[in-house]
Amino acid sequence: MRKRTISSVSSYLFSSTSIPCSMRRLISTLVLGEHKGGIVKPSCLSAISAAGSICNDNSISILLAGSGPSLQKAASHAASSHPSLSQVLVADNDLLTHPLAETWADLVHFVQQKEKYSYIITSSSSFGKNILPRAAALLNVSPITDVIEISDPKVFTRPIYAGNALSTVRYNGLDPCMLTVRATSFATPTLSLKESNSTFAAISQVDLSEFTQETFGKSKWIKKSSPNTERPDLVNARVVVTGGRGLKSAENFKLLETLAGKLDAAVGATRAAVDAGFVANDLQVGQTGKIVAPELYIAFGVSGAIQHLAGMRDSKIIVAINKDSDAPIFQVADYGLVGDLFDVIPELLEKLPVD
Amino acid sequence: MKIMVSMKRVIDYAVKIRVKADKTGVETTNVKMSMNPFCEIALEEALRIKESGGASEVVAVSIGPPKSADTLRTALAMGADRAVHVTTTAPTVYPLTVSKILSALADVEKPGLLILGKQAIDDDCNQTGQMVAGLLRWPQGTFASKVVLDKEKQEVTVEREVDGGLETVCLSLPAVITTDLRLNQPRYATLPNIMKAKSKVIKKVTPEELNVEINTDLEVLQVTEPPKRKAGVILSSVDELIDKLANEARVL
Repeated sequence: MRKRTISSVSSYLFSSTSIPCSMRRLISTLVLGEHKGGIVKPSCLSAISAAGSICNDNSISILLAGSGPSLQKAASHAASSHPSLSQVLVADNDLLTHPLAETWADLVHFVQQKEKYSYIITSSSSFGKNILPRAAALLNVSPITDVIEISDPKVFTRPIYAGNALSTVRYNGLDPCMLTVRATSFATPTLSLKESNSTFAAISQVDLSEFTQETFGKSKWIKKSSPNTERPDLVNARVVVTGGRGLKSAENFKLLETLAGKLDAAVGATRAAVDAGFVANDLQVGQTGKIVAPELYIAFGVSGAIQHLAGMRDSKIIVAINKDSDAPIFQVADYGLVGDLFDVIPELLEKLPVD
Repeated sequence: MKIMVSMKRVIDYAVKIRVKADKTGVETTNVKMSMNPFCEIALEEALRIKESGGASEVVAVSIGPPKSADTLRTALAMGADRAVHVTTTAPTVYPLTVSKILSALADVEKPGLLILGKQAIDDDCNQTGQMVAGLLRWPQGTFASKVVLDKEKQEVTVEREVDGGLETVCLSLPAVITTDLRLNQPRYATLPNIMKAKSKVIKKVTPEELNVEINTDLEVLQVTEPPKRKAGVILSSVDELIDKLANEARVL
């Protein structure tokens, strides 16, 4: 493993550094941060936690890119978001307004050439999965996807075969070691903003004057469309209620939404429910959809295909309601109820305690 | 314009996999193998673009042991015009090497589009498309659920499945696209096409001939079964469920 000394931390790229003053050799990590509406996404905080679990002497910086006031607001938010964070790097440029992989990968490459981090980490979100492997190719290193455990500075565990096996790999390559981490596997500290003010990270602007984007103009961002939903975010919800093919129609999913409303839960779906057109595909939970690990996961009319289990098997409590007593979902459920969901949901709505 | 499609031979998605007792990997002997489902979607999209007049030729590529030729034969039966088999006996070829091989092939074949699946269902990496795009310095449209080619403008518009909705990007050709599940419904190979595929050409090359070294910066230490969840209980009523959730699990 290549380590850097404090003296090699150049200050010409960043206007200030807040790397802890120590004569010991340091590991440094760059976290690629995703932000929206002036807030750093919770999944990035999990990536910082993962970076913190590599070793004690890890100096962690988060890189935020974009343009304008919302970026600067996100930088302030990031600075007080996690006690392990020592520096917030801000790359403010119109080229970076939208998270295009071409621009971002070039930016990561640019920053790495200057600062020589030992690790580059991001969350396994669609943002992280889109950008990190491209940046890894530019840096000629093998990235490691969906890390759920860091047992040694270069030893990582990740699920393979839709979560039906766990693979432990050692990274033997050159710096940087590049990871995407599963957000639900690395807890974020529950600090209030006031408490965390004592660990305020320094904010530095990245000098982009020498940033030449080789892929400029090859891709254009057109638009993003988001379904209107007032439910909590699926990946971060404390409670998730999911419907499968057994829901039978989009109309019946409304019943599930009413229940979700009562439980302050997010609504999820199986691939069968999405393909049948009951709900939008960003609600899909599974190997190819969202990975969730809520405190309570309630599956209605879900058979429990291995691809679906891959997305929810780490939930704390799993409840399954299904007419078929042989459905595989009952093998992973803590509590099972064999019955018609069209009887059970109304009964739950009636009997659930109100806060 | 030519379209190159990359495909991987994997354990069939419906197989319940078994971890080897010595923890070196997953049992693959006497296990049904198939084309990775996302690769089928990639090939289907290439064929549809060709059928609508957007491309002149579809070339299927696979990297792996002699058996990978079966996957290429399936691709030819679905409608690919010809195939390239990069033969290697290496037990594992990681995405970094795969992307270097694909990038070298792209230099030779000069496709206008390179289409891949978004991930292989064995290693679940979700890296190769992004990495080959990076190496080639081509733009990328990952997790595509809709692809519209504009031949005049030499552009492709890709609707991408991202967290929280759909994102649309426009890429100048040549470009790399990786396919999500909802992009299309792959066709079945018909018997006449399976017969015809037997006379189509599968060209063999080695990584050495492409000047690509098999990269080994990763080492699998062990493969284990995931921890089992403890057996649950079947309850008899909604009342009992609410009681358990509130008083035993304490999640309500």
